Amino acid sequence: MTILPLRVGGLAWQVRPRGVVLTLTGVVLLALLMALNMRIGDLPMTLADVVTGTFDAASPAHFVIMELRLPRALTGALVGAALALSGAIIQSIARNPLASPEILGVTTGASVTVVAGVVASGSAYGGVSGLLSSLGIPALALLGGLLGAAVVYGLAWRRGLDGYRLVLVGIGVAAVFTNVKFWLLTVGDVNDTSRAMVWISGSLNGRGWEHVTPTALALVVLVPLTLLGTRSLDALRFGDDTVTALGVRMNPARALMILAAVLLAAVATASAGPIAFVALASPQIALRLTRSGRPPLLCSAVVGGVLTTAADLIARTVFSPIELPVGIVTAVLGAPYLIHLIWRSRK
Amino acid sequence: MRLQAAGVKLGYGDRLIVDGLDLGIEAGTVTTIIGPNGCGKSTLLRALGRLLKPQGGEVLLDGKRIDRIPTREVAKILGMLPQAPTAPEGLTVADLVARGRHPHQTWYRQWSSDDEGAVAAALDMTGLADLAERPLDELSGGQRQRAWISMALAQGTDLLLLDEPTTFLDLAHQVEVLELVRHLHEEAGRTVVMVLHDLNLAARYADRLVAMRAGRVIASGTPHEVLTEDLLREVFELDAKIIADPVAGTPLVVPIRPLSHPAP
Repeated sequence: MTILPLRVGGLAWQVRPRGVVLTLTGVVLLALLMALNMRIGDLPMTLADVVTGTFDAASPAHFVIMELRLPRALTGALVGAALALSGAIIQSIARNPLASPEILGVTTGASVTVVAGVVASGSAYGGVSGLLSSLGIPALALLGGLLGAAVVYGLAWRRGLDGYRLVLVGIGVAAVFTNVKFWLLTVGDVNDTSRAMVWISGSLNGRGWEHVTPTALALVVLVPLTLLGTRSLDALRFGDDTVTALGVRMNPARALMILAAVLLAAVATASAGPIAFVALASPQIALRLTRSGRPPLLCSAVVGGVLTTAADLIARTVFSPIELPVGIVTAVLGAPYLIHLIWRSRK
Repeated sequence: MRLQAAGVKLGYGDRLIVDGLDLGIEAGTVTTIIGPNGCGKSTLLRALGRLLKPQGGEVLLDGKRIDRIPTREVAKILGMLPQAPTAPEGLTVADLVARGRHPHQTWYRQWSSDDEGAVAAALDMTGLADLAERPLDELSGGQRQRAWISMALAQGTDLLLLDEPTTFLDLAHQVEVLELVRHLHEEAGRTVVMVLHDLNLAARYADRLVAMRAGRVIASGTPHEVLTEDLLREVFELDAKIIADPVAGTPLVVPIRPLSHPAP
């Protein structure tokens, strides 16, 4: 792959033209998909309506676009990007293409606490108590995600962190969490559990600015931090002795990158529920598109946004007027992809 | 003294392998550590390269405690080739060698002309320039080992620790790697510490030998001083004859039989 040096004064970087072109193309595609998505709603619009409604405050569509459709589209794009970035980090550190935030206990931990919260509090999270439904579930999900990750990390830590051990412990913990979740769903009230089911499938329905802001903030803080850690990530793919020989403080570097991945996944899950397969598939798609050695961080994030937005578009149009939760579509698209990956790695 | 171990206690978990060992490495020498399997020679090398933290005693790099120097600064002084290193799948030779520049890079200075020059020089020195774009997994064992050494060279350190750089190589490739080590030493006066299994090659390519048994240094000095028939009996439990290497004049070990199997 072509790599061009970029040197200005004391600054020196490497630019991969293929990665830059793909990332920019992805951003354009993402904007287009978001616009297509924003046509859909009680009041169908054309693409032209969407564009004028977004940028022209005097347009009649402006209120609907700004209050309902743009935040929903942004939530999808940001959540997808955060999940994909998280996946790219975890796959690099675990040196395993099958690793994802699910493996770190984030999504499964969030599911357990949300279902437990919904079941325990009964109708408190229903339509009546608007504030609790918008703040309570994301807060519970964030807490559960962080707790889940802490459990996995604590059990996998043994005088250092081994990628393989992390994956195995993660799968075990995820299985336990999933069963607790199903147990809670069987003991809960039918109305509560059906509401919980929509959340744990991963849904963008009714997402507003209160979901955009936390995810955007997390990305604004964590994207630059993870990009600063890119070089450590490159080194961390080697054997432990080589990592230390290269002058990388291995355990702190690894812990910081994992913490960033956990936060990204937890915030994304808190906003839209555990949307399946985005974190797993996006880095691998970006890896193959850019033909680089490791999942590229920014490009993975853009692919994640495109994937989630495209899946949401499908979820809202295929069985229209019925809307599927976006997580169902990503799962239906992602499962064959996962099988393809395992199939390829067998050879 | 470039590198020094003072009363180091080394082990993994509760198992102590080296209990109080002293060793000094002089600047500009090639030192080879020899000893039977499990004697602690790799463990010692890992401690000298700060890959293993001593449970007691200290390792000094240029007179300073190595664990008090930031690991990145150590990486600018001391390059280390671990035993049987692993690289990510599909990595090219050039990518691997470029990784050796890691300690010299920062987020705003990721690929300077210094980096480029050091990588090109390292590839030249090991004769791998033509294979730079080839994936590591497609190379022969000897070429792969040279690629790893190139990475340590690109690090630009004048102190190199090599843990069994000739394992899994046939004799021709073993000699090839050791000739490279000699070249590095003679051209640039680098200090090299390595672990080797082959006593005859060790004798030929080292200025100083360190013979270890059960976590202790039994003898150290020039190959002529260390490789004696008595020492082979004591350290390797081997009955052997020492003759002069007809090519290099260094001691050559001709094994007779292990002590545990007396003559019939």
